Amino acid sequence: MAKRAANSVVKIDAGGVLYRELNARLRDVASNGVQRIELQNVYGQRYIGTDLGKPVEIEVFGTPGNGLGAFMDGPRIIVHGNAQDGSGNTMNEGEIIVHGHAGDITGLSARGGKIFVRDDAGYRAGIHMKEYQDKKPVLVIGGTAQDFLGEYMAGGILILLGLNLNAGEYHTANFIGTGMHGGVIYLRGSVEGYQLGKEVDVATLEDKDYQILQKFVGEFASHFGYDAVGILKHKFVKLFPRWLRPYGRLYAY
Amino acid sequence: MRNLSPMNNPYRDDKVIDACSIFGVMDTSGRRFGGEDVIRAIANMHVRGNGLGGGFAIYGLYPEYADAYAFHIMYLSRKGQREVEAFLKDGFDLICAEEVPTRPTPGIVDTPLIWRYFLNVGQHKLGEKAEDDYVVDRVMEINCSLPDAYVFSSGKDMAVFKGVGYPEEIAAYFSLEQYEGYLWTAHGRFPTNTHGWWGGAHPFCILDWTVVHNGEISSYGINRCYLEQFGYNCTMQTDTEVVAYAVDLLIRKHNLPIEIVANILAPPFWSDIERCPLEKQKLLRTLRQVYGSLLLNGPFTIIIAHHGEMIGLTDRIRLRPLTVGVKGDRLYLSSEESAMRLICPDLDRTWIPVGGQPIVGSLGAPLQPQPATMGGETI
Repeated sequence: MAKRAANSVVKIDAGGVLYRELNARLRDVASNGVQRIELQNVYGQRYIGTDLGKPVEIEVFGTPGNGLGAFMDGPRIIVHGNAQDGSGNTMNEGEIIVHGHAGDITGLSARGGKIFVRDDAGYRAGIHMKEYQDKKPVLVIGGTAQDFLGEYMAGGILILLGLNLNAGEYHTANFIGTGMHGGVIYLRGSVEGYQLGKEVDVATLEDKDYQILQKFVGEFASHFGYDAVGILKHKFVKLFPRWLRPYGRLYAY
Repeated sequence: MRNLSPMNNPYRDDKVIDACSIFGVMDTSGRRFGGEDVIRAIANMHVRGNGLGGGFAIYGLYPEYADAYAFHIMYLSRKGQREVEAFLKDGFDLICAEEVPTRPTPGIVDTPLIWRYFLNVGQHKLGEKAEDDYVVDRVMEINCSLPDAYVFSSGKDMAVFKGVGYPEEIAAYFSLEQYEGYLWTAHGRFPTNTHGWWGGAHPFCILDWTVVHNGEISSYGINRCYLEQFGYNCTMQTDTEVVAYAVDLLIRKHNLPIEIVANILAPPFWSDIERCPLEKQKLLRTLRQVYGSLLLNGPFTIIIAHHGEMIGLTDRIRLRPLTVGVKGDRLYLSSEESAMRLICPDLDRTWIPVGGQPIVGSLGAPLQPQPATMGGETI
């Protein structure tokens, strides 16, 4: 199944391999000190990158399955294609870079690491991302997103760039930031008030916000060959939670 | 006795959480094709299901009997078969009757009898009633009144093949690689609220309408009560059955276009309706008043099919996945993109539709225009 190359790049043909066997193989290879792994013919194998615990680089050719990089702690995954649902589920450290679009619940419950999606993301991107001390997940979406972006967000940084929207065109997602009680969403372009969840408020950006954007939009642009300065020229809005405990009184007597 | 669990369950799972898989492909030019690719695609989503149901619907299947109603009927006893065959001879012109060919397949056990019949209504129907209505009534009569018999499909030039097993096993059992059609839908089941039995596998069918579904219809009770007023009786013990009858009622009987039907099954929220232009508000409010009992509550992604059309639809907040792919004249709908890519790596385009908005492929009609994709020109 695998060919060991001299420069410690390992190529694995994932065609027809069950996800459990594939992930066992990845664990095997990563524990042997390999730096880069190329996965060819990936068709829906789940949880790629989970349970490796090393900063190994995994290039995926094909369509990785649900839960890409779930619970990931360190690796960098580059997808040449689209990602399915649940990428970066509860990831702790590492990077997922998608040269295409991503499905629903991208970055769900992430507690660290970075996810860069070149095109659109599906429903509920960034749902319940969280942060603690120096652990702060970052999700950057180049296109637009569908409803419930940043739902129940408890921490981290979510950046939506809307690069595929035409001038004057708005994001169409509704229920943005519903239940949000931590973290921040930076949104390039415009939304109407009704598109926002009841728990978020809008602010203009301050210097420290622009520093954050410069860093992560800069990384986004370098991954996909865009001009960060051009992207940052446009107006951004900042969405933040009004309350840290939006439902604190809901169940209290 | 030898402990078989390491062999049957090498990972020692005590609980596996999964979801149904659905897949559909339609050649909008009407060209028929074999089942190999569809079987590979649905098998690629094997881990979503748990082997308690698999099935396929095929359109353009029986060109030699294209004008006859093709009944596929499951029998749980020979007595059931005798009674139904007498009933069919009494109510139809019987052109042909045969057992559906099967072959022994590992994993497929406790198999019922499955027969197919090609039927004409001829002089049998009474009065002004349309032939299709006559057939619906007969199907309901068999399902409700005759023992040990369930009609799996009842349309012309199409059929449903389904049972308990993984979809690729069901395909092998019925030798589906030997059939051709211009539209195929497929389903792998992970039963949630009802048990896995042959009648509860998807697709569900009435006339040539079929539905495969991922999710659960929590409005099943109220939908079922409403449909009973129109003569549809639910007998398959699975929520999805109501969707097949609902589309027959709304599209065939009430002659509503699919865009309206989507607004009935997955209506916009009241808060969305309030922001619509007045005329549209009036329409949407009227639909919710007239057809409120056909609103499908709960998470769902469905693929509806009938002759000439394949429709993908999700609930309005898209709690179950659906991906669309297009290649030339072919429209693909799938729970996961990887299944489409496996059989068509060079799709022209692929996208994730918005909840509540139908994706429609029609015979002879060009496929929907490409949605906005990453351009970068506006930077």
